Amino acid sequence: MKISLLLNIAFSLLFSRKKQTLVAAVGVLFGIAAFITLLGFMNGLNDLLDGMVLNRTPHIRLYNDLKATERQPLEMAFPDTNTSHFIRSVKPGSGDLKIYNNEAIVSALKQDKRVIGVAPKVSTQVFYNVGSIDIAGVINGVEVAEEMRLYRFADYVSGGNPIDISLVPNSIILGKLAAEKMMAELGDVIQVTTASGERSTLKVVGFFQSGIQDFDKVQSFASIATTQKLLGKESSFITDLQVNLNDIALAPSLAIEYSRIFGLDALDIQTANSQFETGSRVRSIISYAVGITLLIVAGFGIYNILNMMIYEKMDTIAILKATGFSGADVRFIFISIAMLIGLAGSLSGLICGYLLSSLIDQIPFNTAALPTVKTYPVNYDLKYYVIGALFGFLTSYFAGYFPSRKASKVDAVVIIRGK
Amino acid sequence: MKIVLETRSIQKYFYSPQKFQVLDDINIKIQQGEFVSISGKSGCGKSTLLYVLSTMDLDYEGELFIDGTTMKAKTENQLAIVRNEKIGFVFQFHYLLNEFTVLKNVMLPALKLGKFTKKEIEHRAYEKLKALGIEDQALKKANLLSGGQKQRVAIARALINDPLIIMGDEPTGNLDKKNSQMVFEIFQKLAQDFGQTMLVVTHDPEFAAGCNRIIEMADGKIV
Repeated sequence: MKISLLLNIAFSLLFSRKKQTLVAAVGVLFGIAAFITLLGFMNGLNDLLDGMVLNRTPHIRLYNDLKATERQPLEMAFPDTNTSHFIRSVKPGSGDLKIYNNEAIVSALKQDKRVIGVAPKVSTQVFYNVGSIDIAGVINGVEVAEEMRLYRFADYVSGGNPIDISLVPNSIILGKLAAEKMMAELGDVIQVTTASGERSTLKVVGFFQSGIQDFDKVQSFASIATTQKLLGKESSFITDLQVNLNDIALAPSLAIEYSRIFGLDALDIQTANSQFETGSRVRSIISYAVGITLLIVAGFGIYNILNMMIYEKMDTIAILKATGFSGADVRFIFISIAMLIGLAGSLSGLICGYLLSSLIDQIPFNTAALPTVKTYPVNYDLKYYVIGALFGFLTSYFAGYFPSRKASKVDAVVIIRGK
Repeated sequence: MKIVLETRSIQKYFYSPQKFQVLDDINIKIQQGEFVSISGKSGCGKSTLLYVLSTMDLDYEGELFIDGTTMKAKTENQLAIVRNEKIGFVFQFHYLLNEFTVLKNVMLPALKLGKFTKKEIEHRAYEKLKALGIEDQALKKANLLSGGQKQRVAIARALINDPLIIMGDEPTGNLDKKNSQMVFEIFQKLAQDFGQTMLVVTHDPEFAAGCNRIIEMADGKIV
């Protein structure tokens, strides 16, 4: 009863100054809408840019690195801890990149609850033969279905169906820039030479375009079987295991664990791509800062209208106090006015922000680098809407706090005697 | 007779521009049903006294009892409740809220008190307006009324919580002869017919003459 009475008074005061109220609410609306749009757009771009690399990167990559054996035979022969070994000019031993017993490892990984998927891969260096010229490149033998599921492979393939590499024997998806250099069209047959000198012909069934030039110039994709055949290796020849996890944050610790269990080298995504996370974070901080600044400006709008209202409504405050409303009641009334303005502004701001975001989402954005992106990217994460609304309420509360404190301290005697 | 309001040697000083004693050893007792006026020349401290008695001005020495309890120890909130429940105010200016209808203006203190339901309060407000002959204006916005009508609404608002005492500060000060007369008649009727205790500050000798008792003040003292 009491609160509803105070709110009723707040509403009446609010509606007696419709135009000012509207201006103040529009201030908040603008702040929140800009906040939502800015963050949605900025994070859409962040996701896009990060996705260019992070989507394509396994959370953990297991492989055999070319390196010297950590425990040299000499150390095994003389394990005495009091002995120091001086071995000069240590070189890597066998250059074997094969992951032994990979089927067992794959099935062990697939049983791990923390793992979403495992995609085996064979990668090998080749030369693309264009007339008399050889262009260096890399062919990745992949399991297409798994690659599409875990790494959005299909998003980066233009012209042709990515599945074709597993259906058409001796087929290849060429890097877009490599294909341009070779002037290879869809359906053409190209020639490659492997490092060991074998020549093979492959049919082009699609183009791969990640948007990263150095990548697209070099990388091509074929099925695992095709690649193994190119290399003249048996069907168990796998050079990489790409592991994706439920929780990407676990990657560094799991990398160490897997490395120990399987006796392989492991590289986690954070170590491989730490610069991306830093970039996204800085961009987010900038957009938060701009958005919050806008909201603070809107807060000053509310502060102004309340201050004015208090000067205008001195009589009202005085009589309310004389007839038995306490200072706290008066403060509650004016805080409610601020919050009502904030609420109206925030809600309409959220809607406007959403509409603006979807408008940006419609603007064509055609870039040669990203074949599947047709419009500007926007992130609609609910998080930004919640934060926006929260900051809207918070600014209006603080904008209302000081004026309403002043209102609560108005001395009724001074006002009434002054008449 | 029950004593509604009592003061014990109230003193008050103004400090700016220099220390000046406005109220000097004020001792008054007002009994239930009395219609008392405070009169005196401009600047004699009569309004200042009223605001001390109204519990809105806290800056005084001495003791003020309303309905037998001292006001000295009460917090701001408690004083607000005392004003709401026990005191009705009629000022020189009407202080109606233009955002509300006449009826709502009258209901406001009762809604704040919350002793009755909204329906009952509305009924009571209508009764008060009817008694003052302005029930036909009840649903108009307050700013559309004439000066005399507004002052009657203000009186209805003062009456809504059936206060122990009504305090008036020059209630006829802003009105023309005819309306002054009418407001005065209302006050007299309240005193005679309803036994309403009233304390009115006025410099209008005719008004004062119609009261049970006149407290004459000069230079901050009762004479």
